[in-house]
Amino acid sequence: MYNLTDMKKYIKDLKVAEVEYPHARYVLLKLTADEPLPEMMPGQFVEVKVENSPSTFLRRPISINYVDRNSNQLWLLVQTVGEGTKALARLQEGDILNVVFPLGNGFSPVCREGEQVLLVGGGVGVAPLLMYGEYLKENGAKPVFLLGARSKADLLELDLFRQIGDVYITTEDASEGEKGFVTQHSVLNREHFDRISTCGPKPMMMAVAKFAKANDIPCEVSLENMMACGLGACLCCVEKTVKGNVCVCKEGPVFNIEELTWQI
Amino acid sequence: MANLKTTIAGLEMKNPVMTASGTFGYGIEFADFINLEDIGGIIVKGTTLKPREGNDYPRMAETASGMLNCVGLQNKGVDYFCEHIYPQIKDINTNMIVNVSGSCPEDYAECAARINELDHIPAIELNISCPNVRQGGMAFGVTCEGAQSVVRAVREVYRKTLIVKLSPNVTSISDIARSVEDAGADAVSLINTLMGMSIDIEKRRPRLSISTGGLSGPAVKPVAVRCVWQVSKAVNIPVIGLGGIMNERDAIEFMLAGASAVEIGTANFVDPAVSVKVANGINDWLDSHGCKSVAEIVGQLNC
Repeated sequence: MYNLTDMKKYIKDLKVAEVEYPHARYVLLKLTADEPLPEMMPGQFVEVKVENSPSTFLRRPISINYVDRNSNQLWLLVQTVGEGTKALARLQEGDILNVVFPLGNGFSPVCREGEQVLLVGGGVGVAPLLMYGEYLKENGAKPVFLLGARSKADLLELDLFRQIGDVYITTEDASEGEKGFVTQHSVLNREHFDRISTCGPKPMMMAVAKFAKANDIPCEVSLENMMACGLGACLCCVEKTVKGNVCVCKEGPVFNIEELTWQI
Repeated sequence: MANLKTTIAGLEMKNPVMTASGTFGYGIEFADFINLEDIGGIIVKGTTLKPREGNDYPRMAETASGMLNCVGLQNKGVDYFCEHIYPQIKDINTNMIVNVSGSCPEDYAECAARINELDHIPAIELNISCPNVRQGGMAFGVTCEGAQSVVRAVREVYRKTLIVKLSPNVTSISDIARSVEDAGADAVSLINTLMGMSIDIEKRRPRLSISTGGLSGPAVKPVAVRCVWQVSKAVNIPVIGLGGIMNERDAIEFMLAGASAVEIGTANFVDPAVSVKVANGINDWLDSHGCKSVAEIVGQLNC
């Protein structure tokens, strides 16, 4: 992972520039500001304040999907799970969203020119891999995407991923790509990968970590433990590591699997 | 511009707004959002004699107008604080106060004695009210004898301003407050979190790893205001009020109930810049109500 502890954080009112609904359970918010958006790195996240949802008290942590410098937009791909995220899905063009960002560390920078990096995403966990894939490509690495979903309709931003690198797909119902889970995809037996980064449901990431460990491939995972402050102050979102309990919001969300105490 | 200067048992503050322990890290985590020197004080994360790993995840559950936590005093111990954290915070020009916890009076005293040696820490807040550790914490804060045993032990070795943080999970918080006053406390702060519980009905499991936790946020504010009102009538030492303060109006409510100063806690998670806004808001409220200083509202309740 990329230690970004010293990166300046901001609290800003961002304007909703565009809202897209890629699927019934997802919303893509494209936010902008009058001034240029601050520097953000792939793998980092934001904490958004949810208005018009009386049962939502705390901010919601959302990973950074993409930063479009040309249009000065920050993209947040949100799965509507509870009341808070449902309220986010009701936002409309022109609305204001208060955002604390950028938070956490990021995915690893390019280690070696030409390295082939496998990016494994499941469900809404694909979100940060879009920005990371582009970053890897621009910096001389070769990103390869392996994306898993329940069904074809749950595959998000496929056209954008395909513009960056090769995309391999698994769906549980065989409606697109190979049938099964990401770790069952045949590309894993065919291709050599220098390292793996993954984001998605924990069982999926654990399976990916297990594959990586068995094949001696360096692997980093992006965790999404429940958070309150997002700043390393409240110590609520801790993950057990070889160094003891650490805050996912500050020391993570990206961890090398060697740091974790997962039984894999 | 009203006079916001406040004195708590010899502790001079530029305004009556501090940040509550466990909600503001060591202050430096929030330096990108506010000028830390614009608030009256920062009460840093609970510190114990020996390092503590805290409780297992999950430690947090959002609830109606608040949240439950069971962090369990995770910290690296007082030696680590003195060697690694103190040098980073000692030159912040506001009152840097350390919250001290322990599992027996001797541990509290030893921890306090170490902090007594730090020139730029003018006060400690004694946590005898943490609901999330089996040994110690709240165990001391729920009886007058327990509370006195800790405060006496610390008072013997600690020479600066001694604030004692009280638990609302008691039959009579006024009795506890009086007993810590008798044992030598210079001020009391209240309330710590209210013990609560939340259950995931689909999994039929508690949402927190140790089942119960401490409730904070606006949900507890009326309980906290009542406690401050009762305690301020029961003791002669200053009362610091906290519990669900989200804005200046909440802070003024506590001050009218008898609080000489306030602490902002859970609100820091919702708005990392809220503490300065509350301080500025108190000033504006005083101005618009023709008050020249905070002293004109502390305890000035018509009833």
